[in-house]
Amino acid sequence: MKFAVIVFPGSNCDHDAHYAVTQVLGQQSALIWHKDTDLQGADVVILPGGFAHGDYLRTGAMARFSPIMREVQAFAERGGPVIGICNGFQILLEAGLLPGAMLRNRGLKYRCEHVHVRVETTDTPATAGAYKGQVLTIPIGHGEGNYYAPPDLLKRIEDNQQVVLRYTTADGRLDDDANPNGSVNAIASVCNDRRNVVGMMPHPERACEPALGGTDGLVILQSIVKALTTA
Amino acid sequence: MSIDPQVLERHGLKPDEYERIVAFMGREPNLTEIGIFSVMWSEHCSYKSSRVHLRTLPTEGPQVLQGPGENAGAVDIGEGLAAVFKIESHNHPSFIEPYQGAATGVGGIIRDIFTMGARPIALMNSLRFGALDAPGTRRLVDGVVAGIAGYGNSIGIPTIAGEIVFDPMYAGNPLVNVFCLGISKASDIIKGVASGVGNGVYYVGAKTGRDGIHGATMASAEFDEKSAEKRPAVQVGDPFMEKLLLEACLEVMKTDALIGIQDMGAAGLTCSTTEMGSRGGAGIEIDTALVPQRETGMTPYEIMLSESQERMLLVSKQGREAEVEAIFEKWDLHAVRIGHVTDDGMLRVKHQGQVVAEIPNRALTDEAPVYRRPMESPAYLPEAQTLDLETIVGSGSPEKALATLLSSPTIASKHWAYRQYDHMVQTNTMNLPGLGAGVVRIKGTDRALAMSVDGNGRHCYLDPKRGAALAVAEAARNVACAGAKPLAATNCLNFGNPERPAIMWQFGQAVAGIGEACRALDVPITGGNVSLYNETDGKAIYPTPIIGVVGLLEHADRLLTRRFQRSGDVVVLLGDSHCEVGGSEYLARVHGLVRGVPPSLDLKAERALQDLLVKLAEARLIRSAHDCSDGGIAVTLAECCFGSQGIGVEVSLMAVDAPSSLQVDATLFAESASRVVVSVDGSLVTEVLQSAAALGVPARVIGETGGNRIRLAVAGQIVVDVATADAERIWSQAIEQVVAQKVA
Amino acid sequence: MRARVFVTLKPSVFDPQGRTIVEALHTMGYGDVGDVRQGKYFELEIETTDSAKAKAMAAEVADKLLANPVIESYRVEIV
Repeated sequence: MKFAVIVFPGSNCDHDAHYAVTQVLGQQSALIWHKDTDLQGADVVILPGGFAHGDYLRTGAMARFSPIMREVQAFAERGGPVIGICNGFQILLEAGLLPGAMLRNRGLKYRCEHVHVRVETTDTPATAGAYKGQVLTIPIGHGEGNYYAPPDLLKRIEDNQQVVLRYTTADGRLDDDANPNGSVNAIASVCNDRRNVVGMMPHPERACEPALGGTDGLVILQSIVKALTTA
Repeated sequence: MSIDPQVLERHGLKPDEYERIVAFMGREPNLTEIGIFSVMWSEHCSYKSSRVHLRTLPTEGPQVLQGPGENAGAVDIGEGLAAVFKIESHNHPSFIEPYQGAATGVGGIIRDIFTMGARPIALMNSLRFGALDAPGTRRLVDGVVAGIAGYGNSIGIPTIAGEIVFDPMYAGNPLVNVFCLGISKASDIIKGVASGVGNGVYYVGAKTGRDGIHGATMASAEFDEKSAEKRPAVQVGDPFMEKLLLEACLEVMKTDALIGIQDMGAAGLTCSTTEMGSRGGAGIEIDTALVPQRETGMTPYEIMLSESQERMLLVSKQGREAEVEAIFEKWDLHAVRIGHVTDDGMLRVKHQGQVVAEIPNRALTDEAPVYRRPMESPAYLPEAQTLDLETIVGSGSPEKALATLLSSPTIASKHWAYRQYDHMVQTNTMNLPGLGAGVVRIKGTDRALAMSVDGNGRHCYLDPKRGAALAVAEAARNVACAGAKPLAATNCLNFGNPERPAIMWQFGQAVAGIGEACRALDVPITGGNVSLYNETDGKAIYPTPIIGVVGLLEHADRLLTRRFQRSGDVVVLLGDSHCEVGGSEYLARVHGLVRGVPPSLDLKAERALQDLLVKLAEARLIRSAHDCSDGGIAVTLAECCFGSQGIGVEVSLMAVDAPSSLQVDATLFAESASRVVVSVDGSLVTEVLQSAAALGVPARVIGETGGNRIRLAVAGQIVVDVATADAERIWSQAIEQVVAQKVA
Repeated sequence: MRARVFVTLKPSVFDPQGRTIVEALHTMGYGDVGDVRQGKYFELEIETTDSAKAKAMAAEVADKLLANPVIESYRVEIV
C-alpha cells in the first residue's frame, strides 16, 4: 500500500508521518513536493502538520492554491482516502474539502500535550479499526484548533455523523475542561459527507511507539490500512 | 573627513581604540569603515574583555570534533555521527521587545547549527526574570515564552527542556539564553570559510532592511532610560523564511558545491564577510548595491551593519553556481552573487563599483583590542558570605516550609510554559519537559542524546568560582541522571559591566570555576557566548553563567527519568548531606536571606557519582534518578513522586550536623551537591550498594516508595507527612495561579 | 489605485482576542468600551485608474484568499 505525504513549504510533520508510515506501519510512502502535479499512484494521501506558507494569512489559507492540491481534490472526488493532520486539517477546511473553519484556541495560546479523544464513528478510513466509544490518548500541538461551524452546518455535520473524534476525559466523558481549544461540540476531527476525507487536530504519528510514550496513534494509522485492504 | 568624539561615542569606540584604528590603517577611516570597526570591535563580536579568560577553558578531548571558533561546537556520538550544539544569549533584545527578542534569539541559534551542516533536532532555553508577581514581569514572561514558542513551533524543532528562575535581581535585565542541538554525519561538518580566488560569494535569504543596525553595539552597552529610544533596533523574525533556508541549505550541503557558509547574525554582513575571509586566509570583495534590499535608499553603511534576520552568506565552487542557485530556486529563495573571494586578506566593500571601505581582515579580528581588565573582589562579598547559623531559627514547620518551596516559582512546575512549546515534533522526544534532562533518540540508531542547561546566579553571587563549578556539575549530573554519559559542554556567560573591576573579578572567577569543573568531569567546552553589560541603571544582575551539557545514551532504552516507577521500590540516596544552607532557595524563600557560601563541591566525588549513574543505568539496576538541587532533598523526593500517579514515599534521614533549631530544616532543605535519589527494585539493592562502594560513592537506603503520602523523618521523627496529591497540586498550580491573574 | 480591505470575524463568531482586549481595557479603567472586534487590514496597490474595476478586483481577492467566508466578512474601500 502506498501513502503520499504532501510537503508544503513550512510543513514540519511531513517526515514524522513518513517515518511512522514506513518504519512503524511498514508501508510505502512518498514525500511529494507541493509544486508537483502527480500523486505517483498513491492509495492514500496525507496532508501533514506544520505551518504551510508560514500560516501567515490564516492557517492553511495559501496551501490550497498549491499545484498538488488540484490532484488531491481530484483524488478525493474519486473516493480516495485523504487524511489531514493538524495543519493538514486546516488546509482541507480552507480548500472546502471539509466543512467548517478554525479559530484561535480560546486560551489564545499554543498547546502541546496529550489529550483524550473518543471515537464517534468507525465509518471512516481513519477509524475503521477502532471501536465506537474507544478513547485514544494522542498529542495535540496547535494554536488554531478551535473548530467552528455555523449552527445550521453544525447540525448537518452532527446529523450525518461526520464527527469522527471528540475531546473527552480519560474515561470518555464530555467535559469542558477536557476540551483543549474551545472547539464547538468538542470536535477534534470531522469527515466529509462521502466519509473518505478526514481532518483531525491530534497527531497520530506522534503516538506510534512505546519509546515516545504511547501507541494509540497506531489505531488511526492501522485503520487506514484496514479500510483500504477491506475496501 | 574629521571624526568628532560624538561619532566615536555613538559607535561605542573609545578614543584609544580609534587611535589604534588610525595607526593600523595608516589613515583616517571613513564613516562606513568606522561602522565596520565599531561592530567588529564591540564586546559582542570581539570578546575583548573576556578573551584572556576564555583561553583558559579546556576545549579538547578525543570526543571533540569542533571546538570554539566556528558557528557551533561538535562532538562525536558514534556510528559516524556528530552532535552540533551551542548556547547563545538574546538578553537585551528580549528586554526591549520580549516576543521578537526571544524569537530572533531562537532563530539565530538554529542558524548557527544548520550552518554547520547539521539538522537541528532539539531546543532548550534558560530564562531569568524578576519576581513573578512583580509589576512588569508578566509582560516579559508572556512575551518571551510566546516568542520562543512562536519561532520554534513554526520551524518544527522541539523545545524539549529548560529552566526558568525568578529573582528580583533580574527585574531590570531578564536573561534569555537559547540552546540548539543538531545532528550531522561527522565527516560532513561544514565550516564558515571562504577560499579559492574568484569563487562566488552569495547572499541568500530575507532582504536587507534597516532593522537591527547597531544591535551588536547595543548588546555591549548598559541599559538606561534612553534605551527605549533604541526600539527600532529590534529585529523581527520570520520562522517560515528560516524553515525554507534550513531545508535549502541542508540540500545544498549534500552536494559538494559549497566552500563555506555562515549566517548573518550580530553585525550582519560585516561579521560574516570578515570572519569567512579570515578563517580561510583569504579576502572577500562585495558590492553592496547587489545586496537584495527591502527598503529604498540604503547606504553602504546601513547595508553592512543591518541585522535583518534569516540571511546567509555562502561561497560556492566555481562552475557549480547553477547547481546551488537551482536548489535555492526550488525553495523559492534566490541566491544572489554579491562578490567574490580574493587573495589579499582584505574586506573590500564597493558600492556600484566604487570602493567605500577597505580594511584588512586582520585589523578587524586578530588586531581587535584585547583587554586585561582590572579585577577586584567585590566590596559586598565579606558581608554577604557571613552566615551565622546560630542566629537562624528554623521554620518550626517543615511541612509549611516544604509547601513554600514547592510553590516558589523557581521550583514549581513550568508546565504553563512548556505546554506552549511544541516539544514532540520530529517524533524523537523520549523525555517530556519537566522530567529531568531533555532526551531525544537518534533515528536509525539505538542511541539517544540527553541534554541539560543549568545555572544558579545566587550561588555565583556568593562565590562565582564555586557557583560556576556547581553549574557545570549540575548540568552534567542531570544528564547522568538520565543514564547518559556527559560528553561536552557549551556556556553562556551573563555578567554585568566588565569595566567595573568587581564584575570582571566575578567573570574571571566564574571562568576559572568552569574550567576546573569541566576538566575534572571531562566535559570540554566546545563553544558558547558571552553577554556582558547586563545592567540597568548601574545595577548588575547576579553573575549568571549558564552551562549546557550534552551526553550520550548508547542504548536509548536505558533512559531514566526522575519519576518513581512503582510502589515497593527501595529509595537510595547517593552522596553525603551536610548543613549547607548558604545561598539556598530555603534561605531565600523562608528566611528572606541571600547569604553564606554555596555548597562545597568535591569534583572527584562528583565524577565518581556520575560514572556510577551511567553504570547503574546501563546495567538496568535502578528505575529512576533525580538529583538534589534547589530546595534540597525534601523537594527532590517530592518531585520523584510527582507525575507518578500519586505514588508516595516514606524515608528516614540522618540529621545533618547543625545548630539544634535549624537541624530539621537543614537536613531537608540544604543544597549539598553531588547527591542523587534513586529508586531500586528490592532484589537489586545489594548490587547497587556494592557498585557504589566500588566507585567510592557514599550510598545508603533511606526508605521505600509506596502509599499515597510523602512521609519524611529526620533522626527518627516524622517531620513531613502530606498527601502526594496535595503537594503535587501546590507545585503544579503555583505558576498558573499567578499568570491566570489579569494584567492590570 | 489603492484598495483597502478590512476583514473581521462575523458577528456570530466568538472572537477570543477581542474579548481579551476588552477585559484588559476594563481593568485599565476604560469601562466605557463595550466591545472590541479584532480584524485584519490589507492595502492592495492595483494597477488601474478605474475605481469600479479596482473595487471588483479587491472583492474577488478577498473572496478567494484574504477572508474565509465561513467565519469572516470583509469590506472594501477604494482610495
